Amino acid sequence: MSSDLRDLYQDVVIDHSKQPRNFRKLEGATRTAEGFNPLCGDQLMLYVKLAEGVIQDIAFQGSGCAISKASASLMTVALKGKKQEEALALFGRVHAMLTEGSSGEMKPEDVGKLAALSGVWEFPMRVKCATLAWHTLRKALEAKGARISTE
Amino acid sequence: MTPVQANSATTSRLVHGQAGRRRVDFDVARVRQDFPILREKVYGKPLIYLDSAATSQKPRAVIDAMSRFFLKENANVNRGVHYLSERATEAYEGARAKVQRFLNAEHAHEIIFVRGTTEAINLVAQTYGKKHVGEEDEVLITAMEHHSNIVPWQMLCEETGGRLRVAPINDVGELLLDEFEKLVGPKTKLVAVTHVSNVLGTINPIRRIVEMAHARGAHVLIDGAQAAPHLKVDVQALGCDFYALSGHKMYGPTGIGVLYGRSELLEEMPPYQGGGDMILSVSFEKTVYNKPPQKFEAGTPNMAGAVGLAAAIDFLSGLGQETLSDHEEEVLAYGIHALSQVPDLRLIGTARAKASVISFLLADVHPHDIGTILDREGIAIRTGHHCAQPLMNRLGVAATARASLGCYSTHTDIDALVAGLGKVREVFR
Repeated sequence: MSSDLRDLYQDVVIDHSKQPRNFRKLEGATRTAEGFNPLCGDQLMLYVKLAEGVIQDIAFQGSGCAISKASASLMTVALKGKKQEEALALFGRVHAMLTEGSSGEMKPEDVGKLAALSGVWEFPMRVKCATLAWHTLRKALEAKGARISTE
Repeated sequence: MTPVQANSATTSRLVHGQAGRRRVDFDVARVRQDFPILREKVYGKPLIYLDSAATSQKPRAVIDAMSRFFLKENANVNRGVHYLSERATEAYEGARAKVQRFLNAEHAHEIIFVRGTTEAINLVAQTYGKKHVGEEDEVLITAMEHHSNIVPWQMLCEETGGRLRVAPINDVGELLLDEFEKLVGPKTKLVAVTHVSNVLGTINPIRRIVEMAHARGAHVLIDGAQAAPHLKVDVQALGCDFYALSGHKMYGPTGIGVLYGRSELLEEMPPYQGGGDMILSVSFEKTVYNKPPQKFEAGTPNMAGAVGLAAAIDFLSGLGQETLSDHEEEVLAYGIHALSQVPDLRLIGTARAKASVISFLLADVHPHDIGTILDREGIAIRTGHHCAQPLMNRLGVAATARASLGCYSTHTDIDALVAGLGKVREVFR
């Protein structure tokens, strides 16, 4: 296998795509948002339980490729217990890693376990797969066009 | 896995035809030499091009014909009286005559040049459709249509209050003819059906469809984008009223396509776009429209595209449509057999009459991941919903991986695909 393919499909990515964490409907979510990539049909429903600016719980459901599923799964693991602004800051760092790669100023260690997605930037056609969950997150947190549940 | 038969550059086998058994010799190695792009390397590996249903590669003859047009003949058609304009007009109208013979249309003026199949269908929707599909009238399509044979009719129906009806298919991807027939009623003004499905490869029984529709007074449009490169198309034998095709899927350039329409229908249809060429006289009080085909070709046409399409038709004629179909059928059968030996692989679309397309799923690996891994092996396939989301829903899948064949496809391509799928399994083991 070529080394860039190995970078893309790291063990962590395969693991999270096969056994996505927090893959469920979240009862009592205060924010939900739907993400859709019309190009490939990837679909994602994100549930966030937000209390006093802190992400108490986060989960997702949907269908998509290994990259989009792993990205969503890793994201939920990374964000549980994080403050809203911390989550958005991480979004910025992950986005930079995915779009600028090693040419950017981002170091993989700045994103913790999400560094497993660092190989994506070498596959420009697949960047959207990895960012889908994150754009959906921002939509949920900013409640822009998101369906907000008041429960 | 073991290949069904040894890799061979030449298809040589016995075919049972109506004329009895005949030997088919198709020198695919020589055909491949006509396609410069097939010598390209992808990530240092030989290009394995299995995406001809998206767009075919172009033979040298097409590339040369277009550059010759620009180098020696370029001028605007139907306008100047000068030498070059005459040459360009001859080339452009010569291309029209060539398409007429290719489709066996009765008249050259039944051939309208458009950008592609999509524009051809939109043209019919916006002209014939607006005139004939009124409130409560129906347009009948099938569950296996490409978005380009769905959306123009939806737009039309939204505008006129017409109704879009959809004939169902079975699980292997064949049109249910009985159900189809029941749906053709007195309100059906137009039936729009694909000749060959871009996702499943299903070849629809066009003659039967036309008979059923005509028996109830409905006209028939055939989306021939996927059929023209693979099957002999005879619009008079099919009996259809409109036939649409795209140049780029049949070894010609992008941006040129054809709408065939029966003369009587074209005569009474309102024009499509307004502009130059489509008029006889213009005053601010009244404009008199030109006759078909000019009535439907406003503005300076894609002259080089038409010349390229004519060269592509010459190329196809040179291969021999029957010999080509036999070659592709043989590689298709080899491919279906080879892929069905791959563990956990599920073929999508197994119609009895099938051409040049193999859609599949591999275990629970998403088609996009399959596509990316194959790409790094130099293998180009299509993945996704193939612009046929309603069909994907009917089949209960979000996407498929699709390998599609052309005149240059070989057993080697199929073997590379099978080996590539082995790599996919390795990554996702």
